[in-house]
Amino acid sequence: MAQIFHRSFNTIARVSIYGGLLLLGGLAYVSWVVEQSPLYTDAKLPLVQPIPFSHKHHTVDDGIDCRYCHTSVEKSAFAGLPSTETCMTCHSQLWTNAAMLEPVRASFLTGQSIAWTRVNALPDFVYFNHSIHIHKGIGCTTCHGQLGEMPITWKENTLYMRWCINCHKHPERYIRRREDVFKPIYDPPANQEELGRRLVKAYDVKTPTYLTSCETCHR
Amino acid sequence: MPVGIEPQDLELAPGHNYGTVTDKISDIVLKEGTGKWWKAGFAVAIALLIVFHYGVVLLMTYGVGVWGVNIPVAWGFAITNFVWWIGIGHAGTLISAFLLLMRQRWRTSINRFAEAMTIFAVACAGMFPLLHLGRPWLFYWLFPYPDTMGTWPQFRSPLVWDVFAVSTYLTVSILFWYLGLIPDFGTMRDKAKSRAVKIVYGILSWGWRGSAIHWERYEMAGLLLAGISTPLVVSVHTVVSFDFTIAIVPGWHSTIFPPYFVAGAIYSGFAMVLTLAIPLRRWYHLEDFVTLKHLDNMAKLMLATGMIVTYAYVMETFMAFYSGNPYDRYMMLNRFFGPYAAVFWTLIGCNLIAPQALWFRRVRRSPWLLFVDALIIQTGMWLERFVIIVLSLHRDYLPSAWGMYYPTKVDWEVFLGTIGLFLTLFYLFVRLLPMISMSELRHLVHKTQAEEVKA
Repeated sequence: MAQIFHRSFNTIARVSIYGGLLLLGGLAYVSWVVEQSPLYTDAKLPLVQPIPFSHKHHTVDDGIDCRYCHTSVEKSAFAGLPSTETCMTCHSQLWTNAAMLEPVRASFLTGQSIAWTRVNALPDFVYFNHSIHIHKGIGCTTCHGQLGEMPITWKENTLYMRWCINCHKHPERYIRRREDVFKPIYDPPANQEELGRRLVKAYDVKTPTYLTSCETCHR
Repeated sequence: MPVGIEPQDLELAPGHNYGTVTDKISDIVLKEGTGKWWKAGFAVAIALLIVFHYGVVLLMTYGVGVWGVNIPVAWGFAITNFVWWIGIGHAGTLISAFLLLMRQRWRTSINRFAEAMTIFAVACAGMFPLLHLGRPWLFYWLFPYPDTMGTWPQFRSPLVWDVFAVSTYLTVSILFWYLGLIPDFGTMRDKAKSRAVKIVYGILSWGWRGSAIHWERYEMAGLLLAGISTPLVVSVHTVVSFDFTIAIVPGWHSTIFPPYFVAGAIYSGFAMVLTLAIPLRRWYHLEDFVTLKHLDNMAKLMLATGMIVTYAYVMETFMAFYSGNPYDRYMMLNRFFGPYAAVFWTLIGCNLIAPQALWFRRVRRSPWLLFVDALIIQTGMWLERFVIIVLSLHRDYLPSAWGMYYPTKVDWEVFLGTIGLFLTLFYLFVRLLPMISMSELRHLVHKTQAEEVKA
């Protein structure tokens, strides 16, 4: 009886078994990579805005405090976006003819708000409050990145729940002194572990069990 | 033939040799093709499968609200069907694994289709928890994988244990089934006439040549898988019973559940094997292989497990009284005289009274009586799950939170639909694969011939 399969099928069979396993492993790896890449998360992608606003210039070069524009960050859930009038406190005097600032002047004259592109958006089923984080010693740059080095603003982190939980489990790794919270460029000190544990105690940060319970963020 | 043994006491009718058993089984697939019974049955199966699709489309479009489930009865038909189907699968595993380790020769001619039954039943069972999720396309959230949420499934929940129990069960069952098929695929490849069929069975047989080393590895792998599967016979339904016992609902919170569920599973499983075996042996003239001895043995197992189930019912009732717990007592009284009393007493009739007929040898050895009894027992086992789920949930601690559950049209469509899914898969199996293990039957021929020579 003639053979149905050529003898090369011995090799093909083996290759297909191991190749199949490799393929599955490869697919798992690729999906893992894609899931955390900017392709999927939009993190670290500079966004096109109506005005190319530079946090670097305003905070580091000019020395303006975060709260000058984001007025409600210490008092409410939402940090607040500055109104056009806030911009115009300076820009009615400075760079009054700059073409780049034309949308600000137009907004001031018409009363129509500037349509900024949202950088950080959380889903509606997440309860997030800026003020509590500020008061417990979580700095702006911990979540938003080194804003003092951003000529154009981007989302620094994925905002995945995994990322939130990481800090809620280990706040001592990220917490800083309250007076450092609004520093536009901040690098944790060498003794972060020790300082963090001390601050967690001093600022009465809740236990990880409480911080990671579902209803802390999904209310 | 040894003196004093009647033909009906044999596991294989006399007069068979290696050639006749192989020809008989492989011809069903390769030569006989589709008979009128197959066509009629397959048409019914496909019709029911369409009903299933219709129900599922409605469910996915409008959400689980199209089912009758609501608080307080949030589980309803879906979980009833899940437990019923998964229980049915257990007989296949018992036959293939447990009886193999016990060296029970009578498993030989029923194990193949019983294992197929297991896999298809688990597939049907798996539908229900998935559809019950509400958003079935997110089912993978049940598995622990490195997700974006940084959380694990709730490992303290028996529903998560269920995911592991059932997926392990499905994997091991498929492996076991496929392994057993490999030598038969080799036979099919060699006996097939058309080149395309040869190639298909050839690929499926994974280069089986029947050499001594192949057989040695095959036997060892089979033994190892049997060893792995045997604990599954008890573990899977034990975990399923934890879905109930871990909760504090009266009628659920009981330590008798694991053994009671396992016995019930094997009970309904053997009823299903009989329901399949009796028409199959008739339509395909397999009376020589699936003999009255097989039917008799399965009926005995059904009787034994049925008695265990009866004992569990009695104990449940007794403990409700003996515990002095008013909620437990009420739960029992509600079963006896409550709004679902008719369901409860039908269950008693199906599961406790009907199997008593199996004490009689005449019933055990008359296929059609046995067939009817098996159908009654399957109905009874379905009702048992309905009673456990609905009757416990609809009236628990707070009378103000009591309610009723009425199945809707979609409930019935999805339930009957999975019967269609099961039958469709089974008809395809019967048409495309050897439904009895030829290699093991040849082994049996060898054994029985040796006995004849001795006698």
